[in-house]
Amino acid sequence: MNWLIEFFGSAEYWTGDDAIPLRLLQHLEYSFLAFAIAALVAIPLGLLIGHTGRGAVIVVVSANAARALPTLGLLVLVVLLIGVGTLWPVLIPLIALAIPPILVNTYEGIRGADPDLRDAAYGMGLRGSQVLFRALLPVALPLILLGLRLSAITVVATATVAAYVGLGGLGRYIIDGLATKNYAEVFGGAVLVVLLALAVQTLFTLLSRVIVSPGVRQVR
Amino acid sequence: MDEPLVRWDWIARNWDNGGPTSVKVLLENHIVMAFVPVIAGLLIAIPLGLACARYRWLYQPTVGIMNVVYSLPSLALFSILLSVTGLTQTTVIIPLTLFSLAVLIPAVVDGMQSVPDHVRQSAVAMGFQPMRRLTRVELPIAVPVVLAGLRVAAVSSISLVSVGALIGQGGLGYLFIDGWQRQFYTPIVVGIVLVVALALVADLVIIVAQRLLTPWSRRRA
Amino acid sequence: MITFDGVTKRYADGTVAVDDLSLEVPDGAITVFVGPSGCGKTTSLRMINRMIDPTGGRILLDGKDVTAVDPATLRRGIGYVIQQAGLFPHRRIVDNIATVPFLLGWDKKKARARAMELLERVGLDPKMARRYPYQLSGGQQQRVGVARALAADPPVLLMDEPFSAVDPIVRTSLQEELLRLQSELHKTIVFVTHDIDEAVKLGDTVAVLRVGGKLAQVAAPADLLSDPADDFVREFLGRDRGIRRLGFVPAKNLALDPAPEGVTPEGHGTFNPARDSLRAALDAALLSPDGLAVAVDDDGRVLGVVGEAALVGAARG
Ligand SMILES: Nc1ncnc2c1ncn2[C@@H]1O[C@H](COP(=O)(O)OP(=O)(O)O)[C@@H](O)[C@H]1O
Ligand SMILES: [Mg+2]
Repeated sequence: MNWLIEFFGSAEYWTGDDAIPLRLLQHLEYSFLAFAIAALVAIPLGLLIGHTGRGAVIVVVSANAARALPTLGLLVLVVLLIGVGTLWPVLIPLIALAIPPILVNTYEGIRGADPDLRDAAYGMGLRGSQVLFRALLPVALPLILLGLRLSAITVVATATVAAYVGLGGLGRYIIDGLATKNYAEVFGGAVLVVLLALAVQTLFTLLSRVIVSPGVRQVR
Repeated sequence: MDEPLVRWDWIARNWDNGGPTSVKVLLENHIVMAFVPVIAGLLIAIPLGLACARYRWLYQPTVGIMNVVYSLPSLALFSILLSVTGLTQTTVIIPLTLFSLAVLIPAVVDGMQSVPDHVRQSAVAMGFQPMRRLTRVELPIAVPVVLAGLRVAAVSSISLVSVGALIGQGGLGYLFIDGWQRQFYTPIVVGIVLVVALALVADLVIIVAQRLLTPWSRRRA
Repeated sequence: MITFDGVTKRYADGTVAVDDLSLEVPDGAITVFVGPSGCGKTTSLRMINRMIDPTGGRILLDGKDVTAVDPATLRRGIGYVIQQAGLFPHRRIVDNIATVPFLLGWDKKKARARAMELLERVGLDPKMARRYPYQLSGGQQQRVGVARALAADPPVLLMDEPFSAVDPIVRTSLQEELLRLQSELHKTIVFVTHDIDEAVKLGDTVAVLRVGGKLAQVAAPADLLSDPADDFVREFLGRDRGIRRLGFVPAKNLALDPAPEGVTPEGHGTFNPARDSLRAALDAALLSPDGLAVAVDDDGRVLGVVGEAALVGAARG
């Protein structure tokens, strides 16, 4: 508690380079860009391999391997290779981290759809893409949203590492606090990240209320 | 920098140089800090997950807490624990155990829910006592789902240990810090390759274990 | 008319599911494919709407080879009902029924109005329209499946064991509903089942298949029961063939004796010669202590009686 009051009560964190709103915006920028790019890659790919069944094994195995990529290692490697002029050094590791949950859940959602549903859809004369978008996708939606949510939360929590190579975001408080043994600052930074993650969580819960049909029973 | 991505002589010299930062020692530390949390997590998650599956009202709050845990930045947890447990492996192991729990508890609950009702009913009807029913019927059926969770937990844990390097306990993660500070690619590449390789081996072991444990279940990649 | 012309299906793994099948499915009637599990019924059916393509022979729909038609276009003109209904879980019942009209580009209002009409036609409460599939029982879902197949008024209906997953009482009512619908609609229906009783009850023509995908016999139900082509068909038809066949012989030709003094419908088995079969008349005789079946008209007036011996004589033909 004292740490929280010390952190949030200090004027130092409300103005200038270290202001909370600024850090928050930076953090959101990295996270959102990485998440959006990952979703743009992973959802179409997941839909495609789930629907056609082609290349499924290789994609799922490499997605699992990608989960193992150490963010810190990838980050320092990319910075050494291309420098810090752009956002890419932080985006690349985050994208690598964000893709697997979305890809695997999209694939599983489409592939796992009831075979009778698929059969009936084709039998009524829906074409391949109509079967995918009108029958399978709505049913896979809860699982896809779960993947998106896990991915977004992981990205928000991991974007903190960007601070290690001198980039901004909420990780600054944690890295700087660690360097100066200012635990109030570390703690304050962590609390901000968790609050952000909870906001993301809430957003997805609301989103699934709106876009998932009540006829499709919720997956968790 | 016109330096090659990998300098093989560095690897040869540093694989086993007797010092505390030889690659071999780092790898060993990495394995300990990655696997202890997963095993501890599994041992805790099974009873907790079973409790959640039995007493439904426990489930929502537990999942809520686990969602918060899941969103904690590992670095922050390490840093804060550092003030309690100091520069030991425990500082890394405790947070990673929490992360494992966040994955494994839902997996155990889902696994128990994957037991078809008619199977459970017929086990009751045949006179299985609750404990026996659990160990002989329900847990074996839940195994594939739990192991799927275990794969994610193990791979994430192996990857996350390296963040511990920022507080001085990160196994192979040390190579990232070392390479960064010396602007030297080789240790970074070696670190990444070893972490991914370790994860793949762990993943493979779990897949094989699943085949052996549940020969009746359908094959899945 | 649907014509199977030497149709063969060999799956990639070498299984021959259908072997040189030649058969005509007449318009406006129900043709049932029946046979033990794995004999190729589903495969035969699904080749009609090109869910599966044959590896040999041709299937003609009104004289035109189906493989010459774009599958999706072909299927929109053929109703398809499967065992688990396969309803879209994310759509309300009314929109499930209107699926094909929507695909065909019907106006939304018109499609929904048509769906509501069909909902009542298959015997469902209009209140169900706003529900989702999971809120319906298995039997109700199956009725929706039938309504959905009929939505765009296709001349042909394919039904693959549509009533196999529901309990016997619901199954009977679904069967009767189908016969009632068919008496109004006169669709060309191909109906697949493994249940011989269902086959003889619903079929105008019954095609019996044996494992290996060979046609064993095609006949009207009564002929099938009286003259099975071989031991396999005889075995498959099961016991009580003689009695079951009587279900297809109308009772209207029975010679009635005047009812003796004191014989009333009470205490006797009765039948209605205008509607019932010989089987019902024999049953009525067996239920009466004196062995007399009492014939009554629609208003319950006694028309006469017929004795056991006369019934057995009539049954022998
Ligand atoms: N996709 C397939 N690949 C290989 N064999 C199949 C396939 N589908 C069906 N079969 C086989 O073809 C035979 C006929 O199957 P099916 O038409 O489904 O029979 P039925 O509907 O009469 O039970 C069976 O032996 C079945 O195992
Ligand atoms: Mg079949």
